[in-house]
Amino acid sequence: MRKLLVLGGGTAGTIVVNKLAKKLDKGAWEITVIDQDTQHLYQPGLLFLPFGTYKPEQIIKKRQSYFPKGVDFIQAQIEKVDPDNNKVYLADSRILDYDYLVIASGTTPRPDQTPGMSDPKLWYKSVFDFFTLEGSIALRDALKNFNGGRLVVHISEMPIKCPVAPLEFTFLADAYFEKRGIRDKVEIVYVTPLEGAFTKPVCSKALGFMLDERKITLEPDFVIEHIDAETKTMVSMDEREIPFDLLVTIPVNMGADFIARSGLGDELNYVPVSKRTFLSDKFKNIFVLGDASNIPASKAGSVAHFAIDLFSENFVEYVEGRPMKHEFDGHANCFIESGHRKGLLIDFNYDVEPLTGRFPVPVIGPMPLLKESYLNHMGKLAFRWIYWNILLKGRYLPIPSLMSMAGKDRVIKIEKEIENAHN
Amino acid sequence: MPTIEIASKPVTVNDEGFMTVYDEWNEEIAKVLAAQVEIELTPRHWEVIHFLREDYKKEGESSTSRHTQTVGGFPIKEQFELFPKKPAKKMSYIAGLPKPKGCV
Repeated sequence: MRKLLVLGGGTAGTIVVNKLAKKLDKGAWEITVIDQDTQHLYQPGLLFLPFGTYKPEQIIKKRQSYFPKGVDFIQAQIEKVDPDNNKVYLADSRILDYDYLVIASGTTPRPDQTPGMSDPKLWYKSVFDFFTLEGSIALRDALKNFNGGRLVVHISEMPIKCPVAPLEFTFLADAYFEKRGIRDKVEIVYVTPLEGAFTKPVCSKALGFMLDERKITLEPDFVIEHIDAETKTMVSMDEREIPFDLLVTIPVNMGADFIARSGLGDELNYVPVSKRTFLSDKFKNIFVLGDASNIPASKAGSVAHFAIDLFSENFVEYVEGRPMKHEFDGHANCFIESGHRKGLLIDFNYDVEPLTGRFPVPVIGPMPLLKESYLNHMGKLAFRWIYWNILLKGRYLPIPSLMSMAGKDRVIKIEKEIENAHN
Repeated sequence: MPTIEIASKPVTVNDEGFMTVYDEWNEEIAKVLAAQVEIELTPRHWEVIHFLREDYKKEGESSTSRHTQTVGGFPIKEQFELFPKKPAKKMSYIAGLPKPKGCV
């Protein structure tokens, strides 16, 4: 029997075992998933939970019920990987052997990396994250009781999980306070270490205008050094100060600690791999999927999904000693909620930034790219059903894994359009 | 990609002015680029620049501020003092390397 071990049973780990269980010979392969807990979180839902759109029970399911028959599940903490001897050590002192290892242990927020951020006087009192279930629930309660003042939405350092989420949160907060009739009592500030609202130029420009329209102040190039708990002020490396009444922050994101203990990671515990095939730079039988690798793509479920479509084709070839023919292009495809039941859709890859135009989806029809619409908002809401029922189970979704230029406008035309639309 | 002349050498740059050919760089060019962003290079600046050049050769991409801190030993706070306001961008610019991926 050949042994495949998958570390992590989240989005990437679950999709990959579903895909591979179908492709690999059951009599010849033993597939095991390891995760520390049994709760699978629908992470895009964490954005909506603070505003009461979703309840916790709608975004949590039992992890094991998404693994296919014949795949074993072990609930345990991972102590470390010994890649020279093909072994994984568990915290309960079990030792597992593998022929092939897939690391899919994701990335998590680390408020402790910024001095003052996790200070008990602030944390979950006036400083919140929303990329964890506890954070998102605590923030929901804090927003309910927030009746005016300075709301600061903040990114500590790139890369982060789902880079559009903090912008979406900002748009949704604007709409939420407006609905409550207190928007004029709330000052909203968006603070980022980037030069603009987003990483890619065309998109950054369009989203920057959207911040302006909503009277949200943008503070770019802000690299946080510490938070002063007494004065509730963020202080940057170059000594700029931003006070807040309520701070919604995306803490530094890092890969799992066992990756550092195993000597497999970079300075943020991400594992260096080929951005085309996800094969480890150092070990010929280790692949890294989803947020855990260092590929220069968004850390997002859509990237993991497209990546694994290609990876699973490659893997069956690779284990038979044949070359991997399917190369990933960094394709990402995200809905951006903009509030008031509208949303945008962006589609991009390693080389092509998000452009305007139309995105052809069979059956549903063309969805507008980089432009607010009700259809895109509905797409985002419908995605929760697609996630649980199609995506995780590795079923066919009629969207190509590699990006297509069909329907997209060219940059010069777009820049003019964005300016005209907002002038 | 446009070619411009810096320190009487032809240099290939992208539309943001970042050099695109690793081997076209030299220290004279670095001084001119530094002056463009109003920085006078001290020995400490040179230490950072040489680290960035070497690191790029090894890693194949421009160092981030964190990588420069962890691997190069230059604290981010000091990077801000040496290259005010946008250290990661200015460091790569002067060292003749691509703008670091702001990430995605």
